[in-house]
Amino acid sequence: MSRLREAFERGEFVITGEVAPPHGTDVSKMMRSVELLGPVTHALNVTDNQGATLHLSSLAASKAILDAGYEPIFQQTCRDRNRLALQSDLLSAGTLGLENVLILTGDDPRGGDHPQAKGVFDLDSTQLIEVAAGLNRGKDMNGAALEGATNLHVGAAAFPEAEPWDIQFERARGKAEAGAVFFQTQAVMDIDLFSERVAELRSKLGVKVIAGILLLKSGRVIDFINEKLAGLMVPDEIADRIRGASDPMGVAIELATEQVRALRDVADGVHIMSLGSDSVVPQILRGAGLD
Amino acid sequence: MIITRPRDPARIVENLETVGARSVFIVGCQQCATVAHTGGEVEVGELARFLTERGYEVSGTEVSEVTCHLAHTRVELRRHAEELSTADAVIVLTCGAGVQTVADAAPETPVFPGLDSAFLGNVIRNGVFEERCQMCGQCVLDLTAGICPVTTCPKGLLNGPCGGMWDGKCEVMTDRECTHVRIHNRLKAQGRARSQGSSIPAKDYSVKLKPGSVNLRAQRERARRKSGGDR
Ligand code: SF4
Ligand code: SF4
Repeated sequence: MSRLREAFERGEFVITGEVAPPHGTDVSKMMRSVELLGPVTHALNVTDNQGATLHLSSLAASKAILDAGYEPIFQQTCRDRNRLALQSDLLSAGTLGLENVLILTGDDPRGGDHPQAKGVFDLDSTQLIEVAAGLNRGKDMNGAALEGATNLHVGAAAFPEAEPWDIQFERARGKAEAGAVFFQTQAVMDIDLFSERVAELRSKLGVKVIAGILLLKSGRVIDFINEKLAGLMVPDEIADRIRGASDPMGVAIELATEQVRALRDVADGVHIMSLGSDSVVPQILRGAGLD
Repeated sequence: MIITRPRDPARIVENLETVGARSVFIVGCQQCATVAHTGGEVEVGELARFLTERGYEVSGTEVSEVTCHLAHTRVELRRHAEELSTADAVIVLTCGAGVQTVADAAPETPVFPGLDSAFLGNVIRNGVFEERCQMCGQCVLDLTAGICPVTTCPKGLLNGPCGGMWDGKCEVMTDRECTHVRIHNRLKAQGRARSQGSSIPAKDYSVKLKPGSVNLRAQRERARRKSGGDR
């Protein structure tokens, strides 16, 4: 059974990290991240052609991580596959022993490295969540019985600080009704606002919420987030703190540690996005008393 | 209406060279291509001048009333039978449907497109066109307050917004409001906020298999035979 699901059921505060499959076939660099992050997390998200740029499939990379003895969260976006391919990959996940799946819309191909590609979006994320829930009941999306059901632990993305909140909340409700049992959020920026909204998600939808933490390791990272990442804006007081520091990485670690500590009473876990600086993750968790 | 864009003139000249054409007949259309300013009297005249300047002979021109109407176009081209018979090629400044109609009406002569067909467009005002419908064959406007998510959400999501929506704005086309925010707000303003558990189900693309075809005559004939048989 999914260790992530077990941890949720035990009421444990869960920790997830993130690794990116390579742009090629050599997984050694990714596996070095896995070896660093795997021992200190419950599970690792494995991105799916992130940013609409070509990478090894999340399915293959997730299997490699499972074989190494760690727990992957297989990410599946709606961008690159039609409903046959999506269902087929979810069935494959079942056969390969992958249980956690995070279902996302996916970035538009226009922003990626193959802007000529056709964005498929045959299904949207809500519809795909419903399909995954159906596969768990042994039915394909047309209701036909499967020879062997899946046992997927289905997650989705939530955006607690994004406005307008009423629309975001409805969207999350749609996903929960479709069958998502856990949510991973975009990076926390304003803890108070975040806490209020996560409380609403947890109480009204009965879902588990894992809060996103982004390591703001330099002024450059902040600029990148503010300019390039739709849906995220680093608040001035945080940006100033990093920009004014003589050791920005040190301050970023401090900030992330504070956030993790503060979120222990707010969310069901944290998802740490270290942007390549995987070696500091254990330090953050130790600092927050989570090792 | 069908929005068309002019094609690179060099490509048109290349096309003519493939058949060694010296004499050319040009067809436009009084409907969409006229409104789109790509294949009306003006543009047909411009192409005629362009080709004449490059040493081609323009044997004649015709801006048909509805070029995609096969019966009509046959009649109109018959009036130009002589000019057509001396032409080595025909260039058609209409959508792809019009080009094919002309190609069927004049099957002995090589027919080349002079435009690219872009989309089914709304005329926002003269010269400003926007795509609002992709003719998906299974309209959801009844559920979406008259705003099409299939077309105006760059990802075509039926349930949204996606995670990139920020402050009501679209992630992909950042100068625009997110389609799903617009839908939500209009539904709400009309007091029709969508009820709980009512995500829009996945589309059935089998209703939109190509080539599409509707034959009202055959339908009526079938209906008549059926009611006759019942009597
Ligand atoms: S849903 Fe959109 S694309 Fe489909 S028929 Fe209606 S307006 Fe056209
Ligand atoms: S922001 Fe809204 S309109 Fe833009 S791609 Fe996402 S869901 Fe579609």
